[in-house]
Amino acid sequence: MPTGTEHNETDILGPELDLPATPDLVPRAQGKLPRWAPWAILAASAVVVGGILATVGFSIGLWVVLTVVLFALATYTTSRVVEGPRKATDRLVTVVVGSAFAIAMIPLISVLWTVVSNGVARFDAAFFTNSMRGVVGEGGGAYHAILGTLIITGLAALMSIPIGMLTAVYLVEYGKGRLSRAITFFVDVMTGIPSIVAGLFAYALFALVVGPGVRMGFAGAVALTVLMIPIVVRSTEEMLKIVPNELREASYALGVPKWKTILKIVIPTTAGGIATGITLAIARVIGETAPLLIAVGITTGVNLNPFDDRMATLPVFAYYSYVSPGIPREPFLDRAWTAALVLMVIVMLLNIIARIISRAFAPKTR
Amino acid sequence: MSKNIEAKDLNIYYGSFRAVEGVDMSIKEKTVTALIGPSGCGKSTFLRSINRMHEVIAGAYVEGSLELDGQDLYGPGMDPVLVRRKIGMVFQRPNPFPTMSIYDNVIAGMRLNNKKAKKAELDDTVERSLRGANLWNEVKDRLDKPGSGLSGGQQQRLCIARAIAVQPDVLLMDEPCSALDPISTLAIEDLINELKNDYTIVIVTHNMQQAARVSDFTGFFNIEGTGKPGKLVEMDETKTIFSQPTQKATEDYVSGRFG
Repeated sequence: MPTGTEHNETDILGPELDLPATPDLVPRAQGKLPRWAPWAILAASAVVVGGILATVGFSIGLWVVLTVVLFALATYTTSRVVEGPRKATDRLVTVVVGSAFAIAMIPLISVLWTVVSNGVARFDAAFFTNSMRGVVGEGGGAYHAILGTLIITGLAALMSIPIGMLTAVYLVEYGKGRLSRAITFFVDVMTGIPSIVAGLFAYALFALVVGPGVRMGFAGAVALTVLMIPIVVRSTEEMLKIVPNELREASYALGVPKWKTILKIVIPTTAGGIATGITLAIARVIGETAPLLIAVGITTGVNLNPFDDRMATLPVFAYYSYVSPGIPREPFLDRAWTAALVLMVIVMLLNIIARIISRAFAPKTR
Repeated sequence: MSKNIEAKDLNIYYGSFRAVEGVDMSIKEKTVTALIGPSGCGKSTFLRSINRMHEVIAGAYVEGSLELDGQDLYGPGMDPVLVRRKIGMVFQRPNPFPTMSIYDNVIAGMRLNNKKAKKAELDDTVERSLRGANLWNEVKDRLDKPGSGLSGGQQQRLCIARAIAVQPDVLLMDEPCSALDPISTLAIEDLINELKNDYTIVIVTHNMQQAARVSDFTGFFNIEGTGKPGKLVEMDETKTIFSQPTQKATEDYVSGRFG
């Protein structure tokens, strides 16, 4: 047992620990790259790579890729020399993350650009007011297809939102044991169903009930419902799970029955998230082509009755305009692009609506 | 408004695990009873069994009897929802409903229980409950603002206002100050002293000074080891428990020798 104050430290720490020496906090003789340095390095890399490529044959893709590579290496080396290894690694990772983001954005921007630039030609009033009845060349529109898409997707949403939300409520609030695990499993399986299978299922079902060769909007809605339910269940389930248990307990402790707690406390608390999930589910199925191709078909005129005969929908309209255009081809291709553009606009509007809803319902703190 | 609670040989189970064993306790009306003891000794479980909140966990049940003024809380046909309307509860962490304003939070119990009430009546309830919870002066100008915008201590008093708005017979508090700073804790303790004029209060606390400050009676729970059930070791007037307890374990605990 050591005595004396100089041994106190070992007393407290017990057996001596092999701690690494604490780095001194005295600023080392190290500089910091100025703010403009990364941009300067980037410009220099671009010029150098451009110069080299100019001698062997220029290509824009190669130029961008090599510039980024050279930029990463040059930034790392410069920073390591001036700022030290920790800062250098930070800068390198920043470049890698930024590049990954840029790569992810390329297809997105490209799709947007292609659809907008090709679709804008026929994005006119006639497209939204005319159907294709009797149109063989120029003119015509997708009025019938827009209405068909809205009707069929609306019916699908009407069927799948209650079923999906109630399933999620069951899974989170009531379900336990084997049944709940089975439901979760089958919901997961349903998520992976190819959309063509959903279409065949709906077609087969209605062929059995109504008779072979049946085509109707409602069959398409059923096919979309099959695709939509698992998405609604999953997103609602995740949202309900993040509602803190304390809120449920607070409600129970006031003598509020369970069903009312779910309806008035749990769901309102997360209504914004649920609305977003549902909107994304709608956006996911509104562009489905294969099931509608099988179960609904296509027509040139306006059909507002989903329980009788073929209906036009935007994706199928675009598909048919593209694969079997008339002569001349151009008006058909233009209409196909515009149909795609309209679909994208609808999805974008849905997303904006979801944001507004989730903002309106979000728990406020001020 | 306030009532006696009588527990006789109460055993509380979670599935096959016996969490609390053989509690005999009688709680007098209009008193504050503190439950103290080390973590995991079953004091919170016992507290939650008084308004059947522990049943929220699947597989939980009790043996023995628990009576509120002679009425068996676990009798056949006794609806836990009705029990909870009679016996209110305040939780460890303030949990105002985030989607509701301060006003709506206070009347949440009435509104969710379908009580038809006129606007004037609701206004009265809100003012009475917030005054009862010592919060009225701080929030009277912003009743329509969200409850989650208040400070932690204010939120906890809002939760107390919400609990007393439904006019329960008993108020249970599960470590109501453990998430609060000393000033807010003082506010809650003062409030408990006022509330005992109208309510029977049972409070679980880890803070022995708090138990000594606010309670009339104190019950000490202990556990022999992990996996063993918790037991009520001793219950008496608070000053007796803190000055001359009859059990050695109680003395060790309140004098800080363990736990």
